[in-house]
Amino acid sequence: MNPNSLVSIDDLSKEQIIELLETARYFEEHPNHKILDGKVVATLFFEPSTRTRLSFETAVNRLGGRVIGFSDASTTSSSKGETLKDTIKMVSNYVDLIIMRHFLEGAARYATEVTEVPVINAGDGANQHPSQTMLDLYSILKTQGTLENLTITMVGDLKYGRTVHSLLMAMKYFNPTFRFVACDELKMPREYVEFCKKQGIAFEEHSDFSREVIDSSDIIYMTRVQRERFSDIMEYEKVKDLYTLHNAMLDTSKENLRILHPLPRVNEISQDVDDNPKAYYFDQARNGLYARQALICRALGITPEK
Amino acid sequence: MATDKRELAVAALKSGTVIDHIPSEALFKCVKILGVEKMPQKLTIGNNLDSARLGTKGIIKVADTFFPEATLNRIALIAPTAVVNTIRDYEVVEKRRVELPAVIRGIVRCDNPKCITNNEPMATVFYVTEDGEHIRCRYCNHTVANDKANIL
Ligand SMILES: [Zn+2]
Repeated sequence: MNPNSLVSIDDLSKEQIIELLETARYFEEHPNHKILDGKVVATLFFEPSTRTRLSFETAVNRLGGRVIGFSDASTTSSSKGETLKDTIKMVSNYVDLIIMRHFLEGAARYATEVTEVPVINAGDGANQHPSQTMLDLYSILKTQGTLENLTITMVGDLKYGRTVHSLLMAMKYFNPTFRFVACDELKMPREYVEFCKKQGIAFEEHSDFSREVIDSSDIIYMTRVQRERFSDIMEYEKVKDLYTLHNAMLDTSKENLRILHPLPRVNEISQDVDDNPKAYYFDQARNGLYARQALICRALGITPEK
Repeated sequence: MATDKRELAVAALKSGTVIDHIPSEALFKCVKILGVEKMPQKLTIGNNLDSARLGTKGIIKVADTFFPEATLNRIALIAPTAVVNTIRDYEVVEKRRVELPAVIRGIVRCDNPKCITNNEPMATVFYVTEDGEHIRCRYCNHTVANDKANIL
C-alpha cells in the first residue's frame, strides 16, 4: 500500500484538501509545468468513462508525463478471467502511478492493497470518485473566494448521487449550511442526515425547489434525476419537472450564486440558464483538469516549485 | 427445572468450553463460525432451551477444547449475549462475555453484489460502526445490522 494513494475523499484531512486546492490554483496559472518528465502513468478504465479519462490523460500530458492504459475492459485480459489483483500487479511493473476506474465498488481500495505503486480512484461503481469532489471544492473556492460558511443547496437525486454525498462529507471541515431539495423517493439517505447531525452541520430538507431556497443559496448543486431510479414510473413523471432549473427562477438570487452540475446534464437545467453568468457547470468541468493535476502530483510525491 | 438440567449438563463436562446464552436464531451460525462441526471432540449442541433473559437460547459444549479469545469473539457479531465458561476438572474456572472486535475479517459476506469482495478471490473486512450495532464493508462501504450479517 502506497500512502499517497487516494481512494476516497474521506482519506484527506482539511490541511491536505487545502494544500491540494492551492496546488490546483497554481496549475491553473501554469497549466503546462512539465514536472512529470520521465514518469509513466497508467489509466486503467475497466469501465468506460470518456469524460474522466480525457481529463486525467490531459492532466498527465500537460505535466509532461506519459500515459499507457486501456479505456474498456473488454480489450484486456480481465475479460479472459484475470483477477483485478493480477492485472494491477502486472501493470505495477511498468508505471509510477495507476489511475483506475472500475464498475465494482471497492475495486480501488483493493488495488491499493496489492501494489506499492500509488493508486488514484477515478470512480468505483456507485461508491467513490474523489477527483470529482476535488474539482467541486475547487469550483466553489474559486467562485466564492472561500469554502467557509457557505449555503449550499443540493437538488435532484440525492439518494443515489455519489457526487453530492462526497461533497457533503468533504464540506464538513468548512462549516456549511446545506439544503437538500428532493422528492421523497430520492431524498438524502439517512446515514448522511445522521452524519450532518453528528458533525453539527446545519441542514434543511425541502421537497419544493422554491424561490426562497434559491434566493438564499451561495451554491446550487444540480444533479440528474434519472428515470431508472424510480420504482414507480408515475412518480417519475410527477416529479421530473419539479427539479428543473429555469433562468427566470434566478431573477432575485444572490449576486455570488453559482450553479454547479457534475455533467452530463439532461433536462434538469434548462438551456436558457447557460448564458446566465451564474451558470458555472462548463467552467466547473475545466477545473477538473487543475484539480487532477494536483492529485497526480500528490500521488507521485512531487511538489511544484510555487 | 430447566436451569437445574442445564447446570447438570455443564457439570458433566470434565474439561472444555461451554458457550451459553446464545440467541436461538444465532446458534447454528455460531456453530459454523467456531468450526466445531469438523472437530473430533465430544460435542453437545442444545437449542430452544428456556431462558429468562432471551426467551429461548442455544448452548454449545465442546469437550477438551479451549478456543483462543479472538475466535470466540467472532461470534459476538450475531450472539452478543453469549457467555463463555471454561471448565477444568468439572469446575468453571473462567466465565466471560464475548466482545465484539473493531474489525471483522473473513466471516461475513458483503450483501452488495457489486462489491469487489464478491468478485475477487479475497477475504472480506468489516468495521463495526460507532453505534456498535452495524458493520460497514471496508471496500464498498455497504452497511448492515449485526444480526442481519450474512455469515460465510
Ligand atoms: Zn462490500
